[in-house]
Amino acid sequence: MTDASANSVSTAPSGMKNTMSMGKLLLEGRAFFALILIIGVFSFLSPNYFTTSNFLIMSSHVAIYGILAIGMLLVILNGGIDLSVGSILALCGVIAGFLMQGVELTAFGVILYPPVWAVVVLTCMAGAAIGAVNGILVAYFKVPAFVATLGIMYVARGLALLMTNGLTYNNLAGRAELGNTGFDWLGFNRLFGVPISVLVLATVAILTGLMLSRSSFGRWLYASGGNERAADLSGVPVKRVKVTVYTLSGILSAGAGLVLASQLTSAGPTAGTTYELTAIAAVVIGGAALTGGRGTVRGTMLGAFVIGFLSDGLVIIGVSSYWQTVFTGAVIVLAVLLNSIQYKGRGGRK
Amino acid sequence: MSAVSSPRAVEGEVVLAARNIAKSYGSIEALKGVNFDIHRGQVTTLFGENGAGKSTLMKILSGVVQPTSGEILLDGQPVAFASPTDARDRGISIIHQELSLAPNLSVRDNIFMGREIKGPTGVDFAEEERQTHRLMQELEEDIDPLTPVEDLRLGQQQIVEIARALSVDSRILIMDEPTSALSATEVDVLFKVIRDLTSKGVSIVYISHHLEEALQITNHAVVLRDGAMTAYAPRADIDLEWIVRNMVGENYDLGSPPTGYDFGEVVLSIRDLTVPSKSGAGFNVVDRLSLDVKAGEIVCVYGLMGAGRTELLETVAGRLRAVSGEIVLAGREISHLSIAERIARGLALVPEDRQRDGLVQTMSVGENLSLASIMAFTRGFFTSKGLERDVIAKSIRDVTVKTDGPDAPIGSLSGGNQQKVVIGKMLATDPKVVLLDEPSRGIDIGAKAEVFRILSERARRGQAVVFTTSEVGECLSIAHRIIIMRRGRISAEFAADVTKEKIMAASGEAAAA
Repeated sequence: MTDASANSVSTAPSGMKNTMSMGKLLLEGRAFFALILIIGVFSFLSPNYFTTSNFLIMSSHVAIYGILAIGMLLVILNGGIDLSVGSILALCGVIAGFLMQGVELTAFGVILYPPVWAVVVLTCMAGAAIGAVNGILVAYFKVPAFVATLGIMYVARGLALLMTNGLTYNNLAGRAELGNTGFDWLGFNRLFGVPISVLVLATVAILTGLMLSRSSFGRWLYASGGNERAADLSGVPVKRVKVTVYTLSGILSAGAGLVLASQLTSAGPTAGTTYELTAIAAVVIGGAALTGGRGTVRGTMLGAFVIGFLSDGLVIIGVSSYWQTVFTGAVIVLAVLLNSIQYKGRGGRK
Repeated sequence: MSAVSSPRAVEGEVVLAARNIAKSYGSIEALKGVNFDIHRGQVTTLFGENGAGKSTLMKILSGVVQPTSGEILLDGQPVAFASPTDARDRGISIIHQELSLAPNLSVRDNIFMGREIKGPTGVDFAEEERQTHRLMQELEEDIDPLTPVEDLRLGQQQIVEIARALSVDSRILIMDEPTSALSATEVDVLFKVIRDLTSKGVSIVYISHHLEEALQITNHAVVLRDGAMTAYAPRADIDLEWIVRNMVGENYDLGSPPTGYDFGEVVLSIRDLTVPSKSGAGFNVVDRLSLDVKAGEIVCVYGLMGAGRTELLETVAGRLRAVSGEIVLAGREISHLSIAERIARGLALVPEDRQRDGLVQTMSVGENLSLASIMAFTRGFFTSKGLERDVIAKSIRDVTVKTDGPDAPIGSLSGGNQQKVVIGKMLATDPKVVLLDEPSRGIDIGAKAEVFRILSERARRGQAVVFTTSEVGECLSIAHRIIIMRRGRISAEFAADVTKEKIMAASGEAAAA
């Protein structure tokens, strides 16, 4: 075993690495080279781009997409898709906002103001519950993932709108006398100069990377995404794996919702619209196969940073947001094109 | 093998001739230099066991695949068929063994799929319907042309497949196992249709496992074994015994039952197991079947396609659910357990289709080998790289996989080595009972012998081995006991000293249909 990458499951046979041609190197590391290229071009075009503060700001923007993309990666590795992450993000943000405003228990005539840690835990539990519904629909009721999560996407969005009547919770700062301050910590504070949201993303990425490469669950996930029937016959609990990945995706969506609400100090029911598509794009640019079984956290992170750095760079040099959309789309198509070149002829399945 | 010679002059000139047709898939030779003639207005039957090369030969004649070498002469002219459509345009059509119908479309639409009759306003559905009606009348089948194919039972679907081939008005019609799902009356009708066709000058190439049935209709016999043609003779010169002898040939050595030890207790006990057909057709694919297997014993389950072998093994392994009966593993009832729990209790299944059910194509050789025993090298939350390496290295040694290393992609292995990976994966769970569904399917003779050697070694160590096969020769290798399955039941049970003819008779292969 000459595993060159300790923390990520390498899809390339390591033994062939030394004989890898330049073209193959470019293909395998395309997301990485794309990122270098983007940073190079924008640094050349704008003096403000290549600065530590700008990188930190851009990274905190990437954090939201990045957290969603990691959840999406898990689902895509399983051979599924999760269209509901943007809506779960909004619903969970709204739930957090609702809890921050205080829960009035009319029967007792009191208003409870849960501390921030309790808000975070309850919100993540709500995300997990919605994700679990996705997973159960897909695994046990055999609803195609696309349809199940499309439905939940509408349901979650609708619930968020119902909860707020279409309005936005604005004051999430909490009050010192109620003991629930600190919600803005996630979005605004820094630890060693790094935004908390970026640290959250890094922690999630490292834990997920370890889980994928080193835990039995990670192996089950790659196996059931690669060939569910074979995994099933090898004793892999394929249904449990499915429910787990959608649940994790739900929790991560809730986490992203908390970060976003904290950054904005407000929680609106229309937050995160089309974020699911950005997350899918990050996963695909990162080299994962939509058919399942192939993909890494490292790649997905690169994908998220490619999208984030590209769109922020375009903003900095003053390109219109319409053009940003065009560029992002072109990058996605290019990435998928390269994916199909890379996976062509490999592991042909009957 | 006296009959490998040019046939005597018979009525009907040669319309299609195969000359030295060979086909290799990678290093595997599926066909090695086959020669025969198809005469106008006659039926030529291909005999041979599974994997003998019949289907490959048919695919070459119908343009589905191209031969590696050799030529096909159509009316004396060398031809190369670029595609099935090309072959069809030259008057050759084929009825595939696996039905190639679109289940969501109607009978009419299936029959005219890809060559719809054009009218002034698009497709002329009325004319198509009229022709479909006529075909159904000819086949004496009362099927409405507008019925969706998925609503038909399997036999009727086969009739539709046949009707589609008939509708082309071809000169040469290839029928690959056309009767496998037909009832006796339907077979009679089909034979009547075949006689009609031949009297009109159509040549038929016929393939069937039902030897006697095929003998009723054929004018010539071509026998294949391991990709080579072993005999070619007109009907007058042959009988059942001749076919079986040429089909099976001399025994290649696949080993003998391991001896020198006593069997242990009964480890697997199946009682009155009944599994209904998935299609809901109302019959049972496994029908009140009982079987005991002792530790150290090797049991071979032989049967024709559709006899219920795969369903039996998959039910024992937990993929399918039985409606009644019990499965007892080492004294404990396991019918209610999941596949994973059954593996943990010591029951492993090596599935029949290794691409579909055995391998994860996106994973490496090592990851495939360790997949079923992940928990054995998991400590707490994480897997141990060192322990996993040991498990994989041991498996590669145990089942002698030829690979560049555990990190090689699984697709880089040959079929035989891929099969060994699937077997090694399940043996790594250290099972008490190993079930193998056609372990020799699609692998070459050397790999076959090695697989059987691995299995007899396991039996010697006290594991019970149950394997299925559709090749008679393999029953007479390492098995201590041979079970014949027919229509979901055990139709006979033999000791290792049985003859091939007896096995084939009990399976219904050589018996009158």
